[in-house]
Amino acid sequence: MAKIVVDGNEFEVNPKNNLLQECLSLGLDLPYFCWHPCMGSVGACRQCAVKQYRDENDEKGTIVMACMTPASDGARISIADEQAHDMRERVIESLMISHPHDCPVCEEGGECHLQDMTLMSGHNYRRYDKKKVTHHNQYLGPFINHEMNRCITCYRCVRFYDDYAGGNDLSAQASHHHTYFGRHEEGTLENEFSGNLVEVCPTGVFTDKVFSQAYTRKWDLQTAPSVCTGCSTGCNITPGERYGSLRRIVNRYNSEVNGYFICDRGRFGWEYVNGEERIKTPVQVVGDESKGMSDEEIDELFNDLAKGVVIGIGSPRSSNESNYALRKLVGEANFYPGIANNEHAINQLILELHKDKAFHTPSVREIERADAVIIIGEDITNTAPRIALAVRQSVRNKASELAELNNIPVWQDAAVRELAQQERGPLFILSNAASRLDDVAQQTLIGTCAEQAQFAFAVAEALEGGTPAGLTEQQEKVLLEVVEALRHAKRPLVVSGSSNGSIEMVQAASNIARALSGDQPSHMALVFPEVNTMGLELLVGPEQKLSTALERCSSGEVSGVIVLENDLYRRAPTAAVDNALLQADTVVVLDQMHSATTSKATHVFPVTAFSEQESTYVNYESRAQLSFQVHQTVTDAKPGWKWLTNGDSDINSIIKDCSDEAEGFGSLDGLVPRLSQFVVGLKIPRQSHRYSGRTAMIANRNVHEPKQPEDNESVMAFSMEGMPAMKDASILGSTWAPSWNSNQSISKFQEEVNGELKQGHTGTLLLTEKTETGIPFQPIQVEGGGDSGQLTLSLAFQIFGSEELSARSPSIQKRMTDAYVALAPVDAARLEISHGDAVAINGGPVAVACIREKISEGSCVVHCGAQINPHDLAGAVSLTKTSESLPGKGLSGLIVSDLCEESY
Amino acid sequence: MSRPPLDIGAYEANDGYQSLHKIAAGMSAADVLETIKSSGLKGRGGAGFPTGLKWSFVPQGESSPQQKYLVVNADEMEPGTFKDRLLMEGDPHLLLEGMIISAYTIGASIAYIFLRGEYHGSVKTLKKAIAEAYEKGYLGSDILGTGYGLDIILHTSAGRYICGEETALLNALEGKRANPRAKPPFPQVSGLWGKPTIVNNVETLCNLPGIITYGIDWYQGLGQGADAGTKMFGVSGRVKNPGVWEMPLGVTIRELLEDKAGGMQDGLGLKAFLPGGGSTDFMLPEHLDLALDYDEISQKGGSRLATGTMIVLDDQTCPVGMIGNLMKFFAHESCGFCTPCRDGLPWVDTIFRDFEAGRGSEKDLSILKEQVDYMGPGRTFCALAPGATAPLGSGLKYFEDDFKEHIQQKRCTYRN
Repeated sequence: MAKIVVDGNEFEVNPKNNLLQECLSLGLDLPYFCWHPCMGSVGACRQCAVKQYRDENDEKGTIVMACMTPASDGARISIADEQAHDMRERVIESLMISHPHDCPVCEEGGECHLQDMTLMSGHNYRRYDKKKVTHHNQYLGPFINHEMNRCITCYRCVRFYDDYAGGNDLSAQASHHHTYFGRHEEGTLENEFSGNLVEVCPTGVFTDKVFSQAYTRKWDLQTAPSVCTGCSTGCNITPGERYGSLRRIVNRYNSEVNGYFICDRGRFGWEYVNGEERIKTPVQVVGDESKGMSDEEIDELFNDLAKGVVIGIGSPRSSNESNYALRKLVGEANFYPGIANNEHAINQLILELHKDKAFHTPSVREIERADAVIIIGEDITNTAPRIALAVRQSVRNKASELAELNNIPVWQDAAVRELAQQERGPLFILSNAASRLDDVAQQTLIGTCAEQAQFAFAVAEALEGGTPAGLTEQQEKVLLEVVEALRHAKRPLVVSGSSNGSIEMVQAASNIARALSGDQPSHMALVFPEVNTMGLELLVGPEQKLSTALERCSSGEVSGVIVLENDLYRRAPTAAVDNALLQADTVVVLDQMHSATTSKATHVFPVTAFSEQESTYVNYESRAQLSFQVHQTVTDAKPGWKWLTNGDSDINSIIKDCSDEAEGFGSLDGLVPRLSQFVVGLKIPRQSHRYSGRTAMIANRNVHEPKQPEDNESVMAFSMEGMPAMKDASILGSTWAPSWNSNQSISKFQEEVNGELKQGHTGTLLLTEKTETGIPFQPIQVEGGGDSGQLTLSLAFQIFGSEELSARSPSIQKRMTDAYVALAPVDAARLEISHGDAVAINGGPVAVACIREKISEGSCVVHCGAQINPHDLAGAVSLTKTSESLPGKGLSGLIVSDLCEESY
Repeated sequence: MSRPPLDIGAYEANDGYQSLHKIAAGMSAADVLETIKSSGLKGRGGAGFPTGLKWSFVPQGESSPQQKYLVVNADEMEPGTFKDRLLMEGDPHLLLEGMIISAYTIGASIAYIFLRGEYHGSVKTLKKAIAEAYEKGYLGSDILGTGYGLDIILHTSAGRYICGEETALLNALEGKRANPRAKPPFPQVSGLWGKPTIVNNVETLCNLPGIITYGIDWYQGLGQGADAGTKMFGVSGRVKNPGVWEMPLGVTIRELLEDKAGGMQDGLGLKAFLPGGGSTDFMLPEHLDLALDYDEISQKGGSRLATGTMIVLDDQTCPVGMIGNLMKFFAHESCGFCTPCRDGLPWVDTIFRDFEAGRGSEKDLSILKEQVDYMGPGRTFCALAPGATAPLGSGLKYFEDDFKEHIQQKRCTYRN
C-alpha cells in the first residue's frame, strides 16, 4: 500500500494503479472519458486533470492527467485546485463544441456519462459560436444505431471493439476534429460483442437499436438483477421493462463472471419475451380443436395423471425450481433429462470431473488470467461467447509480463500494446473449422472430433512423459509447441465442452488437465450449450437417458408424459419422438412458445420467461445464481414449478425444498435474501425513485389509478418505495448514484474499481466437495475412413441461431443464416457443389453449401439451427445437390474467416 | 540548388565514405558510440537532445532483442523548414554514410528513411544513391568485410505533420494511425514493431561522417559558441536572398539575416521572426545580436533554436494573418487524439478567420489567450499543440495592438 494526499487528506492506495482509478476507488468524484476500468488508460481525453505537487513545500504544482500518473507513495494531488478545475471545464467545453443540443431526443439522455461529467466539471455555457462539425451516420446492422454528431472522440469504441474484443470492422478514420468512428463502408458490425459499444460509448453515438423501437428513459424502466439465459456462462444482466413489455438488457457487473461486458446474444436475444408466439393460456387439445382450461380442469388433469405412472422430461433451459418440481411430481425414477443421450453422457462425466481433486473450474475472471490455453473442440465464441472474450484477454497476459519487465504499468494500455505488439501468450485451438479466436491463436489444428480427441490424448501422453505415436508431421510439430507452452505456464487452462457430443474430447481434455495438475488442481473449463444444463444434470443420474423415457412412452406402459420447456425434436431422432408422443395418452407440455413438441401435445401450459419469474440457474462452474423477477407477465403464464406444484408452493419454499431434498443443491437456499436482512424489513423497489407516470400509466384506458401489483414472495416490490437498491449492491438492478446517472456509477458500488460489489455476492458454487483424484482415460484410436465417399459429420454452432429462444427474436433473426453444411474445397469440387447451392444431406434435410478453406478433407460441418434435427443425421453423410428451394436467407451475414465464396 | 547532387564517385573523391573505411579498420560499435558522445553532437530535428546519449539507451548484449532498427526522420514538415531537403537532394550519400555509422553503432540491420511524401526530388536522389551504395558494397551484407550488414528501405509518407513526432512516425511506418505513443516505453527500448529503435533527423545523421573521419577536435572546433559543429540555418520571408546555409553554431542572428539572407527587401522593415520554424516563439529585432545556439536562443530570446530555419515577418505583412495561417496548418495537422489539440486548435483557427474577415471580437481575443494555457505543455498528449501555442502566445503578447486594431476597424488594417 502507498500513502497519497488528495486535497490535504491522506489515503491508502494501491501504488500499482493510477491516480484516477484510486480516486474513484476512494469514492472521490473525478471526471473522465477515455479511461475504462478494464481497458486502462491512454490519455486521450485529458478530462481527469489534477494538480500534482512535488512535496509539501511545493505550492505551485503542475497539471497532470490522473489516469496517466501512478498512485505512487507520497503523491500529493489536488482535485479541487482552481487551475485543475479550470482545465477540466475547458476540456468539456471543447468536447462540447460540436456536440448537438439534442439531449431531450437522445436515447443516452438520463444515463449519459457526458451529461454527468459536464455537470461535474462545471461547464454550462457554450461560448463557441462558430460553425459545428457534422458527420454522416452509417447503417451498422440490426443491433446498433450510429449518431456520429454526438461523438466526443474519446476512442473508447475502437479500444473496446478492436483492441479488446478483436473486431476489425470499426476504426478511427480521418484526423483532427474530423475524426470519425465507423466502418469502412455501411454494413453490420460483425463482432459478437458489438452491443457493448452501447455501454462503452460515454454518450449517444452508439445506441441500442432494438431498444429504440420502444424507447424508455432509464429511470422509467422497471428493473431487477437477472441472469442471462443465453448459454452456460451465466452472465449477470439487468433487463428493463415498461408498460408490460421487456425493453432492453444491459450488462450487470459481476466481478467473477461477466465483469463489464456481455455478448450480443445476451443483449439482443430477449425479444421473444414480448412475441406473439408466446403461449398465452393453458389449452387442451381434443382432436383438431383446442380449448381453454379452467382451474378445475387443470386440477383434474394433474389428479388423473397422479393415478398412473407419468414420465417427466426436464429441461436445460428451465430453472432449478421447475426441474425439481417436475422431478418431485413424477418421482426420481420417472424423471429424465431433456438432453440428447450423447450429450447427457458427457454432461454426467463433467459432473464427475467437477468432483475430482485434480481439477478446478475457473470463473470467467480466472480464465482471463490464464497464461496458456488449449481449446479442444468447443467453439466457445458461439457456445459460450463471454468465455471466448475472456480467453482473448488471456493471451494478453504475456503483454503484461513484458510491461512489468520494462517497468511500464499495465494500466498504460496503449503503451503496453505497442510494447508487446504481436507477442501473445500461447493459445492452441483444436477445431472442426476455422474459429473466431484463430487470429490470436498460436496454432489452430483443424480435424474431425475423433482426430481432435486423438491429438489431445497425445498431448496428455506427452505431458506425462510418453512419446505418442501415430501423429502426422504437422501434428508432431504442434504437439511440441503445446507441450512446451503448457509445461511452462503458471496458470494453464484447458477448455472443452459438450456441444459437439464427443465424449472422447472431454476425456482427452481431462487427461491434459490431469497431467498438468500437481499440488494444485489445474484449471479446466468445460462448458455446456445451455443456461441450466448443469442444474438439470445434477437432478438426474447418468442412467436416466432421454431415449429410455421415449421408449417407455412408446411402450404404452405409462399414463402420460410431462415435457418441461423443451422441444424434443432438438433432442432425439424425429421418429423416436413422434412415436413416443403418439403412444402416450396424455402429453403435457409446459413452455414459453409453441414448438414442434407443443404441436403434438394434448395439454399446453404457458410458462413465464426468464424476466417474468424469480429463479435460480447453475452455470458451467456449478455457480448457482439467483435471477429476480423483473416484471409481471401479461398472459396467464406461470413459472413451470407453479403449474407442477398446483400453486401449493411459493418461490422461497420451492428453493428451500430443492436445497434440502436434492443432492448437490445444499447451498441454493443461501442465495435468497431475506427481508429481515434489510432495514426494518423494507422491500427493494424495482422502480427508480424517478419512475414517472405510475398513477397515469393506463389513463388512456381507465382513469382510475391502478393498485400497484403486490409481490408476496420476493424481497423486491413492484414499486418506487422501499429501501433504495443503491444502499445494497446485492440486489442492484440498475446502478445510480448522485451525480452518476450512467452505468459508470458502478464504481460507487464496488469495494474498489474492478473489485467485488459491496455487500454483493457473486453466486454460490454448488460443487465444492472434492473426491480423490481419478485416473486418466484410455486414448482412442482414429479409424481410417472408408472410401465410401461419405463425409464425417460434426456440428457447427452460431451465436445467433443455435440457442433456441433467442433465435426467435427478430433482431437476432436478422443475423441468422439458414441451416448450412460447410465442406472443404476439394470435397466440394469432387461432389460438384458450389458455394450457396442447396444440398440434401443423406437425401433428406436440405442445407446451404458453405465452402470453407479451413475444414478437413472428407469431413463436413453442419449448422442445424431450427431447421434440421441434428439427431436425424448419422456420423457420416453423403451430400447431393438438390433443386429444392431454401427458406431464403442463405448464408448472408455468416461471419467466418475462411469462406471461399470468391473462388467458388 | 546551386549544383546537381554528387554521385558516388564525386562523393568518394571528396572524402566520402572514409568514415566507413576507418570503422572497418578497427572501430568497434562502442568506440563509435564513445566518439559521438564526446563530440557533443545534439539532435538537429528540433529538440536538441544529445545524439550519443540517445543511442546509449538502446539495450545491447545477448539478452537484448537481436533485431534493432534505425529510422531516419525525413518527414520535414515544420513550416518554414527545408534544410533536410537540401541535404537529401544535394548530398544524398552523406545521409547514407551517416545512417550506416548510426546503424552499425546501435546494431541495426535494417534502416528506414521515412521521407515526406511531397519530396519527389529527394525520392529520386535517394533511390539512386541507395542503389549506388549497394553496388559499391556500402550496403547489403558484410559491409567492407566487417561482417556487419545493413539494408536501407525508403518509405515515402502519406503526408502528416504529426509523423515528424517520432512515435507517431513509428505508428505510421507500421501501417497504423499516426497517433503519438505513450512514453515510456521510449523507442530506444521498444520502437518499431516493439523492437529497439533509434529515430534520428536527417541533418543529425549528416553530421556523423565528419565526426568519424576528421575527429572530435575538428568537429568541436567548427562551433563558435557553446555548441559543437555546424548547423543548417535557413531564412524565409521577404528578405532579399532567402535560402539555407551551413554555418557554425554560435553565429549571430544578424549575420544570418543580413550577411547571408541579404537583409529585408527594399522598403520593408523587420517586425519579428520565428527563429526555428512554425512552432517557435516570435523574437524581435532587439534579439538580432544573440548567438544561434541552443541555450542562448531559449534563455535570452525566450524562444527555441529548434530546426534553425527562420521565418521573417516584415512590417507590411499582417502578424494576425501570419499567425492565423500557422494556426490553420496546426489545426489541420492535429492527429485528433487528445482533446485540447483536436478541439482547441480548430476553434483558434476559426477565430483567426473571423479576425481576417473583420468579425473579430474582444470575447474571441480573450478566448485566444485562454487557449494558449489550455493547449500548453503537460496538458496535451504530445508537443504539437504546445508548439502551436508558441507563435500564438508570443504573437498575442507582441502584437496585441494589431489584434485590437482588427477588432476596432472591423477589418485587416494591413490590407487597403
